Amino acid sequence: MSTIAMPKPDDRVLARKPEIVAALAAAVGEENVISDPMETRAYECDALTAYRRQPLVVVLPRTTEEVSAALAACNRLGVPVVPRGAGTSLAGGALPTEDCVVLSTARLTDVLEIDAPNRFVRVQTGVTNLSVSGAVDSEGFFYAPDPSSQLACAIAGNIAMNSGGAHCLKYGVTTNNLLGVRMVMMDGEIVEVGGAHADAANYDFLGLICGSEGQLGVVTEATLRILPKPEGAKPVLIGYDSPEVAGQCVADIIKAGVLPVAIEYMDRLCIRVTDEFSGAGYPDVEAMLIVEVEGAPDEAEAQLAKIIEIAQALGPSALQESKSPEQAALIWKGRKSAFGAMGRINDYMCLDGTVPVGQLPYVLKRISEIGAKYGLECGNVFHAGDGNMHPLILFDANKPGDLETAEAMGAEILRLCVEVGGCLSGEHGVGVEKRDLMTDQFGPDDLEAQMAVKDCFDPKWLLNPAKVFPLEVSASRRDA
Amino acid sequence: MGDIATPASEAEISEIVRAAHDQRAPLEISGGGTRRELGRPAQADRTLALSALTGTTLYDPGALTIVARAGEPLSKIEAALAAERQRLPFEPMDHRALLGSSGEPTVGGVVACNISGPRRVQAGACRDSLLGVRFVDGQGRIVKNGGRVMKNVTGYDLSKLMCGAYGTLGVLTEVALKVAPAPERTVCLLMKGLSDERAIAALAAALGTPYEVNGAAHLPADCTLDGVESVTMIRLEGFEANIRHRAPALQALFAAFGETELIEDPDKIAAGWAYIRDVAPFVGQSGAVWRLSLKPSDGPTAVSAIRRSIDAKAFYDWGGGLVWLLTPEASGDGGAGAQIIRDTIAPMGGHATLVRASAPIRAAVAVFHPEPPRLAALSDQLRSKFDPAGILNPGRMAAPRA
Repeated sequence: MSTIAMPKPDDRVLARKPEIVAALAAAVGEENVISDPMETRAYECDALTAYRRQPLVVVLPRTTEEVSAALAACNRLGVPVVPRGAGTSLAGGALPTEDCVVLSTARLTDVLEIDAPNRFVRVQTGVTNLSVSGAVDSEGFFYAPDPSSQLACAIAGNIAMNSGGAHCLKYGVTTNNLLGVRMVMMDGEIVEVGGAHADAANYDFLGLICGSEGQLGVVTEATLRILPKPEGAKPVLIGYDSPEVAGQCVADIIKAGVLPVAIEYMDRLCIRVTDEFSGAGYPDVEAMLIVEVEGAPDEAEAQLAKIIEIAQALGPSALQESKSPEQAALIWKGRKSAFGAMGRINDYMCLDGTVPVGQLPYVLKRISEIGAKYGLECGNVFHAGDGNMHPLILFDANKPGDLETAEAMGAEILRLCVEVGGCLSGEHGVGVEKRDLMTDQFGPDDLEAQMAVKDCFDPKWLLNPAKVFPLEVSASRRDA
Repeated sequence: MGDIATPASEAEISEIVRAAHDQRAPLEISGGGTRRELGRPAQADRTLALSALTGTTLYDPGALTIVARAGEPLSKIEAALAAERQRLPFEPMDHRALLGSSGEPTVGGVVACNISGPRRVQAGACRDSLLGVRFVDGQGRIVKNGGRVMKNVTGYDLSKLMCGAYGTLGVLTEVALKVAPAPERTVCLLMKGLSDERAIAALAAALGTPYEVNGAAHLPADCTLDGVESVTMIRLEGFEANIRHRAPALQALFAAFGETELIEDPDKIAAGWAYIRDVAPFVGQSGAVWRLSLKPSDGPTAVSAIRRSIDAKAFYDWGGGLVWLLTPEASGDGGAGAQIIRDTIAPMGGHATLVRASAPIRAAVAVFHPEPPRLAALSDQLRSKFDPAGILNPGRMAAPRA
């Protein structure tokens, strides 16, 4: 039914299941090993639900030392390991293989240290993104990266995918807010990289680990930079009759030296559907921007005045300033429920390509043409300030062939993103979803250099198999 | 340094490196040569200079992005950005005065050495602004990584690996950087006479406010221009409305620490932060210069512990997280105090890099902080993969493989 191939499970591994289960029980305790197929089924997919593979075994270690023992056992027995945070990946980053052990961080949920004067927090990586901000809230701080799934997603997965969010324009993504990690290598050795200080002493291993999709090691603890909470925030909503003008407005705002904390874009389809769902009171326009600034009331007003002046010069068809915290919350409620609202009306596939901000109007126009060609509708709701697009391709999962059509259309849109100087994935990661498109963005030498890094960290290629690199590109390494 | 190649294209660089690989003939990789003395002395008879690989390939102010060839002079990039009221967020240090070098710093050199300045405390390091690179690996293969967009998680982040690798894993040919708007207004708050401990506490309080303090330094009396009393410095930048709100709020916060003076003269402010950024207190002073990266509150503790054994001068940037230390080269067992400094900070975490010392000392002591065994092994493995013949700046970061 689906078009992305997974490697054939290794019969030698499958045949040794009892031995593997026993070794893992010895490593982490029997009560932390799941081997009953009735129960392992719960781990057969992540948020990319079109792809499912039931793992051989699942382990839920409680400490770094248990992670080390589990990985050492798998390494010794030659068993692939799929690390799993909260399983919210939209890219299939935690999709198991049938011959793998899923290693879950679900029981690594301690906040280990909060240090407000030095502005960091140290956590076990099974904690959710939002709970990190929760843990430091009373100190007046927050953790900046805020993926839409922040209520559920784990820091482990955020580090693996270098997750972003709506506020990256100002605060950066995970890699810019990660100070250190405790990581277990595939052979079980525990390493410390970075810490509460800034910058690497030698090579920037931290930069390499963040965004490596769990293929270099299993990160069990993280030291995260925390920031003082802003005094306030205020959004303004701007509507235009054409995507081109909305795109122009984004570039003009940035060029004028105003750095809003977020610039979000929604097209007519998304506006209509989310407004019906959330009652946000959005205007009926072709393209809408939500621009948010931060600061004390006077600071926010002054910045908004500049933004409104820029917006007015382009002749907006709607412009709503939020007059109260309630109105501001309503504006954001719509945006934040957009994916859920779209899901109510249809199955959808969410893309994640990034394009240079100046290319937004052209790419939006091309997306609607591509949609017409494939006969599928596509909504657009995304982080415009940084060019990270999330086209939502609507399809019917129960209609034979529709998923394949949506995938083909998605691939064409992502190739377009690369063609105009952007990339396949801005914040979700490659996983299995975009794996086979990697050759559209990278040449053989580019991929060879990346794979050389994996060779150093995981010489047997056991960690998170079948992700990131097209199977034919990694074949000789995986078979070695 | 023997003969110098100055290729003007990536293809030529690829050919030169491929030939050097085949002949196992080491190359010293050089940008403008102003930071040649950073790191261990590279052991090479030939120099591959990037000075002819110039040009800005793309500057898109509306996307906050600039892409330039590695040999492009930093001054040209800064001028182009200034014309659009933009700048590099990470405020790279100029090493010329401290190291006594001359020449034009290049953007590739800044990236290769991951050079940042005072604003790193709020805006991140050079590596945080780096969006993508092109480089030639040790076999002459041309590799691209990252891109020119701000959010990009497509594949492994080799750009960060190249940033701070001092040319030992590849020859950078092109870099893409995120830029930032220049502020409408900058002011500086000064406090005088604070002890190191009180000063770092005051800086921590300032950095703990939502006022986006982007400079937080402390100069003990012996590091100031007049040498009379210590100076603690805070920088605030933003729109007029930001400064109007934030400067008085910070002054009120500092009342607990002492009197504050508000500096508004732009030239004076720029000179003050350049003094910190370029380590001016140690320019023209004999001795070795160390750069310690620590948990900010550990800064004064580390300095007073080191001073029990070494006659050292120190000042602080990044709210205490960056300590600049001047030690006599004969300190400790003759290695500029390397052992004492590293033993002192070992229980704290962090690292110490020897930034300036005579060549024999830089060849004898570990210039970069020694890595734990497994990370050192990984570094070696990466070097073997990216530079199998050991021809790219061999010895610059670690003693060459036997």
